[in-house]
Amino acid sequence: MKLLNQSLLYLSIPIFIIISIWAVVFYSNMLDEIYDSLDDGLDNYKLLIIQKAQRDSSVLQKSTFDESNYAIRELNKTEALNTKDVYLDTLMYMLNEEKMEPVRMLHTAFRKGDKYYELKVISSMVEEDDQINNLTKSAIWLYIALLLSIIIINNVVLQRLWQPFYELVGNLKKFQIDRDKSIPAISTRTKEFQELKKATDTLVEHSLDIFNRQKLFIENAAHELQTPLAVITNKLELLLEENTLTDEEAITVAQVLQTTNRLAKYNKSLLMLSKIENKQFSDNQPLSLNLLVHQVIAELEDFAQFKNIKLSIEESAKIEVNMDAHLAYILVHNLIKNAIFHNLMNGLVKVNIEEEALTIKNTSENEKLDETKIYERYYRTRKTDKRKSTGLGLPIVQTICKLYGFKIFYRYVSNQHSFKVKFA
Amino acid sequence: MKVLIIEDEQDLQDAIKASLEKESYIVETAGDFDSAYEKLFIYEYDCILLDIMLPNGSGLDLLSELKKNNKSENVIIISAKNSLDDKIKGLELGADDYLTKPFHIAELNARVKAVLRRNKFMGKNTIELKNVCLDLEERLFYINNEQTPLNRKEFDILNYFLLNKNRLVTRNALAEYVWGDHIDQADNFDFIYSQIKNIRKKLKDADADIEIQAVYGVGYKLVAL
Repeated sequence: MKLLNQSLLYLSIPIFIIISIWAVVFYSNMLDEIYDSLDDGLDNYKLLIIQKAQRDSSVLQKSTFDESNYAIRELNKTEALNTKDVYLDTLMYMLNEEKMEPVRMLHTAFRKGDKYYELKVISSMVEEDDQINNLTKSAIWLYIALLLSIIIINNVVLQRLWQPFYELVGNLKKFQIDRDKSIPAISTRTKEFQELKKATDTLVEHSLDIFNRQKLFIENAAHELQTPLAVITNKLELLLEENTLTDEEAITVAQVLQTTNRLAKYNKSLLMLSKIENKQFSDNQPLSLNLLVHQVIAELEDFAQFKNIKLSIEESAKIEVNMDAHLAYILVHNLIKNAIFHNLMNGLVKVNIEEEALTIKNTSENEKLDETKIYERYYRTRKTDKRKSTGLGLPIVQTICKLYGFKIFYRYVSNQHSFKVKFA
Repeated sequence: MKVLIIEDEQDLQDAIKASLEKESYIVETAGDFDSAYEKLFIYEYDCILLDIMLPNGSGLDLLSELKKNNKSENVIIISAKNSLDDKIKGLELGADDYLTKPFHIAELNARVKAVLRRNKFMGKNTIELKNVCLDLEERLFYINNEQTPLNRKEFDILNYFLLNKNRLVTRNALAEYVWGDHIDQADNFDFIYSQIKNIRKKLKDADADIEIQAVYGVGYKLVAL
């Protein structure tokens, strides 16, 4: 869930509670005030009626409310003395509304001469249910209005405030440790984002440092191994040449030599990989891929013939790529070589050059390959002998593709492996 | 023939020296920049094997000194750094060849021979041994002055053997020579077996006085009968 929506969710609950409490408090306060002023009015009215009754005794005859809002009835003395001023809520029939409506009534008693009277004064009241209804509606509207304005504020203002954050996240997503040197700067005056940027910069710097040191280490280690490997290889070769060894000794020396050769191959491939990654091949120039394919096929033709592999090229387009000649050669060579070397006797290799794509299809002793693993270093299928493959051919191809932004796809269709390189 | 090995790794120097002496060359060695410099400008060499990374100096500096004196065409750079930059720089400075460590003795041998051939036997671009003759220019092969057809790879393999006559050529060296540096498959020997089988048959059928012998199952040796 987005942070904006989350904050909205958290805000909506307390806002709801606050508005509800506020509504109750507001209502009771308002009602208090209304009663207060009604009761004041009734009190005043009472005094006016009593005054008038002192002067005009006809008032005393008014025993029902009828059109006016008071009624008077005679009481005996004890009753009158027991009567206190009481304000009551009661119901009365209202002609206009055609139903019983709440009224506020003052119940009191007074004396005129030696006679005692009971006086009831009424005043029409607010309709409480309507009032509550109205207030609830208003409160709900207020709630909705508040939430809406929060959403709008969030989306307009906060979105803008968070902009540097999203920018930074975008930059981080695009960051590739083997390609970029740093994360692009973001313009922000927000302290938190500045700190976040600083922290990511430190992290990136640190990772880059480790990455570079590791790269350098691999390259240096591979380089340093070259001379000792040369010593071992050459000394063993000379030893075998001596003709002084027994057959058994010679076979052992031959095995060691073989293993040393494998070691040398690994080392060379590893060095090649690290050099490609370190961009030491950067002499980019426009090259005809068609020409290159023909050149590679010419080189490998004899071997294809030996396995009686049918090699065909289909060219429906001319591809020109802008890349380092050496790397272009390795890319094409590795793919076609794989297609031939991992093939069956009497198999097929089809090279297809179409608009912006090179596809190489071949039959093989291997079943469908695991696409998630084929580009891993040292991955070999179960049928591939460790002694026959370094497992670095496809990783090198992939590294070259990555360097130039080409895409490589593997498919297995009707018992044929297919590698497709898209150049655009 | 005089060859100078400029290489700081003593063991490698010894191995190369031993190998080259089998070819009856006069071999001298230098282990650092200064002694190499001294030797280079006192004596004349037919071939110079030059390591780029030397104690107290770069082999490339030596090379540019040689170029100034027009002596750089005999140089084969042997470097642990298979760096394209170095290679290009080296070749620009007039080096004849560039060999990356580790290399096979047979490969070094072939390259040294090629340098000597270019500089000593100008115009004569054939290799002769007993009654066989390989014409490198026309890419033709003769036994007893009769042309024997070879396919391209057979020709290359035979050429390699002739450059390494009486020397052990391992299958790995042969595979690398035939397929180039970019093969990550460590051994594709079936193909080489069949090529050698074909060559042997052709040699035998035409009564050639040379033979390719198997050596301990690790390689071959071309010998004159």
